[in-house]
Amino acid sequence: MNAGEARTLIVDVLASIAPEADFDRLPGGAVLRDELDLDSMDFLNFITFLHQKSGIDIPEADYPKLSTLDGAVSYLTR
Amino acid sequence: MSDQAAGRASLADLYPRIVKPRAASGAPANMPDYHQAHRTFTWEAARGLLDGLPGGRGLNIAHEAVDRHATGPHADRHALRWIGRGGGRRILTYRDLMIATNRFANTLRGLGVREGDSVFVLAGRIPELYIAVLGALKVKCVVSPLFSAFGPEPLMTRLDIGEGRVLVTTEPLYRRKVAAIRSQLPKLEHVILVPEDREAATEVPGTLDWRQVVEQQSPDFVIPPTSPEDRALLHFTSGTTGRPKGAIHVHEAVVTHHITGRYALDLHDDDIFWCTADPGWVTGTSYGIIAPLTNGVTSIVVEAEFDAATWYGVLQNERVSVWYTAPTAIRMMMKLGTDAVRGFDLSALRFLASVGEPLNPEAVIWGQQAFGKPFHDNWWQTETGGIMIANFVAMDVKPGSMGMPLPGIGAGIVRRNDDGGVSQIDEPMVEGELALKAGWPSMMRGYLHEEERYRKCFAGPWYLTGDLAMRDADGYYWFVGRSDDVIKSSGHLIGPFEVESTLMEHPAVAEAGVIGKPDPMAGEIVKAFVALNPGFSPSEALRRELLGHARKRLGAVVAPKEIDFSTGLPRTRSGKIMRRLLKARELGLPEGDLSTLEGDVR
Repeated sequence: MNAGEARTLIVDVLASIAPEADFDRLPGGAVLRDELDLDSMDFLNFITFLHQKSGIDIPEADYPKLSTLDGAVSYLTR
Repeated sequence: MSDQAAGRASLADLYPRIVKPRAASGAPANMPDYHQAHRTFTWEAARGLLDGLPGGRGLNIAHEAVDRHATGPHADRHALRWIGRGGGRRILTYRDLMIATNRFANTLRGLGVREGDSVFVLAGRIPELYIAVLGALKVKCVVSPLFSAFGPEPLMTRLDIGEGRVLVTTEPLYRRKVAAIRSQLPKLEHVILVPEDREAATEVPGTLDWRQVVEQQSPDFVIPPTSPEDRALLHFTSGTTGRPKGAIHVHEAVVTHHITGRYALDLHDDDIFWCTADPGWVTGTSYGIIAPLTNGVTSIVVEAEFDAATWYGVLQNERVSVWYTAPTAIRMMMKLGTDAVRGFDLSALRFLASVGEPLNPEAVIWGQQAFGKPFHDNWWQTETGGIMIANFVAMDVKPGSMGMPLPGIGAGIVRRNDDGGVSQIDEPMVEGELALKAGWPSMMRGYLHEEERYRKCFAGPWYLTGDLAMRDADGYYWFVGRSDDVIKSSGHLIGPFEVESTLMEHPAVAEAGVIGKPDPMAGEIVKAFVALNPGFSPSEALRRELLGHARKRLGAVVAPKEIDFSTGLPRTRSGKIMRRLLKARELGLPEGDLSTLEGDVR
């Protein structure tokens, strides 16, 4: 998966959880939980859906690495 | 005993009892013998552990929490140790906290705010929130904390019902959630914005800047005479129908806050205590602000949201000794496994407690594997103001049970009779409604402007909790569920009506039914079923639009996590949506008696 594909996948997953957000204006370094008003269940769903759609295993210890859009892109493309 | 009761009785013995050592190691328990304490306890004696205002001028929560320590030997002890999101720290000693709360009290006076006026706070876990709550209590304002994850709709409802005159919040929260509804809140006169650290003063039209209005104030303030029955706190909670209810608590509630801090949380003088709850909810106020301070301990405040590694770091670095947290967080830590705990020095930790929803036995036991101590579940609700039923440090734990009633609290399992009265169920492990003998100090004194709903909570000597429970032969209580349709998600009560009303505001929605769907992490999640108006058809795009609509209005914690389209919702003949039936279908359970069902919608 390249960075563009990863970004599309992440935004699609986020849009299913917080569809009201304006993803064109989402700063890559912003903390998703704050920026998109995600509660802990939303964030857990975000990780679960990412795993389901990408097939990539995301152990719990790595969750903090996916706290921003940029962080999630580099995690999926590493 | 019926078959049902026999089945349940075995539940009580499903998991082995966690036996506590009889010889105390470390600090001796505040309550070494539960049964003896229960027999000898009096509320007068509990009241005697507090000072009262100097000169016999009454009882004020803020004096017990702050001033009495600030003018005594604990003056230089850390009252609040705040850990910011970026790793920054701020420490307020009891003396600092007295000065800061005095300044805020003087600010309110200067604004013409009077006794009995409502002061709302809406902020993340920042020090100014704690200062504002305690400072407002000094002026004898009625303080109402709002959860910062609420959207504009729940905020407006609560500010409106509570007739908020002052709101303390931050600039981002104000811009995102309050500015648009401000014109609909004519009683809201003053909005005070707390600036972000080191930032320039806020300059938002129609608001005041914290630093400009608070920090120049005099550090001296004398708390006016306060009757124990003067109103102090207004906590909102949700019912099945109608608007949220504002439960009123008075200054005397501090007697319960204090004694339950000693007995249920076993707070000792030298403890470092961390309550992870947000002060936007009752736990975060009673045990995140008041109880640790009245007990003179150091309270840890962590601004960041849950993250297991961060939390273990806090437990280690702050040498936390008593930790009060919630099932959802514990279950998330369980997912991460015990290995994640290894490597942290948690040797200071001596007591773990949990509240918010029933803690499953596996989680209680996991505490032992991960931390060498079980989690101690306890039970209470917004209306009770403080912990009512608990697993205590010096008492064996039956995993899955919420424990036994606090000394001074009479609990029972009752059945409602047709005549409006109740009768007590004495048989062990038979399900009924959990009831408490009315009259403890932190019992709510009313629902604001809702006398009828308040009266309905009582029958004879009993306060009826709305929770279903059982009691085993040893006197331990076991939670069964809610007797109404209120949803309990991650420890927060959510009223289905509030969610349904917001969904109905969308032009596509003809009707909406909202239930709590069982979830292994959150206990329950909010799930909505909607029937569409003519001209609209189900699609993923529409589902997202409805979800976005609900999230914008209600905020993430109240909005549904799942939305299903349905061709029609089951209603009773009188027109009420049968949420119970929606839930039974969702879970594939028997649907029960459908004789009152309207039409054929299945």
